[in-house]
Amino acid sequence: MTIEANNLSFRYGDKPVLKEVSFALTSGRFHALLGPNGAGKSTLFGLLTRLLALQQGDILLAGQSLKKQPAEAMRKIGVVFQQNALDLDLTVRQNLQYHAALHGLSRKEARARGDRELERFGLLDRANDAVRQLNGGHRRRVEIARALLHEPSLLLLDEPTVGLDVASRRGLNEHVRRLCESDGLTVLWATHLIEEVRQEDRVLILHEGKLLADGAGHDICQAEGTRDLAETFHSLTGAG
Amino acid sequence: MKPAHYWHCFVGIQTREWLRFWQQRTRFASALVRPLLWLVVFAAGFRAVLGISIIPPYQTYITYETYIAPGLCGMIILFNSMQGALSMVYDRELGSMRVLLMSPLPRPFLLVTKLLAMGVVSVGQVYVFLLLALLVDVEPPLWGYLAVLPALVLASLMLGAMGLLIATWIKQLENFAGVMNFVIFPMFFMSSALYPLWKMNEASPWLYWVCQFNPFTHAVEAIRFSLYLEWNPAAYGITAGVTVVLVMLATAGFRPQRTKILGTKPA
Repeated sequence: MTIEANNLSFRYGDKPVLKEVSFALTSGRFHALLGPNGAGKSTLFGLLTRLLALQQGDILLAGQSLKKQPAEAMRKIGVVFQQNALDLDLTVRQNLQYHAALHGLSRKEARARGDRELERFGLLDRANDAVRQLNGGHRRRVEIARALLHEPSLLLLDEPTVGLDVASRRGLNEHVRRLCESDGLTVLWATHLIEEVRQEDRVLILHEGKLLADGAGHDICQAEGTRDLAETFHSLTGAG
Repeated sequence: MKPAHYWHCFVGIQTREWLRFWQQRTRFASALVRPLLWLVVFAAGFRAVLGISIIPPYQTYITYETYIAPGLCGMIILFNSMQGALSMVYDRELGSMRVLLMSPLPRPFLLVTKLLAMGVVSVGQVYVFLLLALLVDVEPPLWGYLAVLPALVLASLMLGAMGLLIATWIKQLENFAGVMNFVIFPMFFMSSALYPLWKMNEASPWLYWVCQFNPFTHAVEAIRFSLYLEWNPAAYGITAGVTVVLVMLATAGFRPQRTKILGTKPA
């Protein structure tokens, strides 16, 4: 599925947060959206997930406009938010079933799909545990499993590794990359941590609301005349 | 989206509300303490002060407890609906509203379903309260318990929509204490919940008219009349009309960017 963002601008009151951002994502690939805190990543995610209304520009999912056919577009998107969005007191399975119901799936269907996802994520034996009893890494996995329940073709993750230890961070990152390969999922992974991005990834660098670079990691480095992405990121944004 | 999708979504939202209710059942039990204090303590103290004459829908002299019981049913719904609606707008911690809004189904449908789900939980509490009220001899006719159901659901939808509207538009009322002082208490006291309005008219005609314009008065009267198997088209009509208008305004005005769903500072 192709995803295109055309000329997106967004302002909170007088403060512009996104300035004419355009990009296209390649189907079935891992994309890293890299930017320091305050770059506009969460705003971009807000627009992609319709939590914020588009002010200027449009987003097309498989040619369908988010502005004109929001319901169709939303069915194709799975989201993992920056902050935990699970009900801590409900069990893993109850959380998954709630999400499935919101997407119009029957209980039976929800249970079958939920169990399938949990099994794949190695969490089936925790299905009846309250989310509160799970560690941070496992909670994140449940959120990813949940985001995939309605079989979206685009998975958006907004700084999904915030608050996780190094090992869990790496595990989660690799896990999502494997999903890309096995499911043909298009992934947009927002982060400010350069170590979560590889040279061969498609990289979008956002800084102060502007898209400064868009391309394969090594191509960007070549164009900038830098050794690696960390250096590129530093030279472009003054951060890192 | 087919009707089945809407149905599954409706059931899912209801189920979640009941699961959460069950998780927090001690909190809900303690929420019953407030109306019970009014019923048992306040009413006992005021019984002597406020003589209630025979007024519809009652056919005989009634105790003050009997008079305020429907008003306290309204109070349970009022508190729950406001609290629930406020948490819909401000509750960012769990991000549960984000999950709700990510559904491809239309937002007005999602919001009304959510309000109804919260309402059903309140209605459950009202019934527990009415059972306990039997202990102080508040004994409406048996069929009244069934007849009051539509009035209770309507009241919870109306007050939920009002809460949503207030929380979305009035930024100053950021916490529950503010809403309690400026919305809940004025609505409760300027209504027929605690005293019949003719009494209010004797004391102050302009306050009487304020009470008449308060939609909560009509919700309470709809509850009172149907609990005693009397039909009050005016109370029902006004409650239903206000509900429709508030639901339309609340769902149209519920835009996440007006709320703090994305955090206080743009990131």
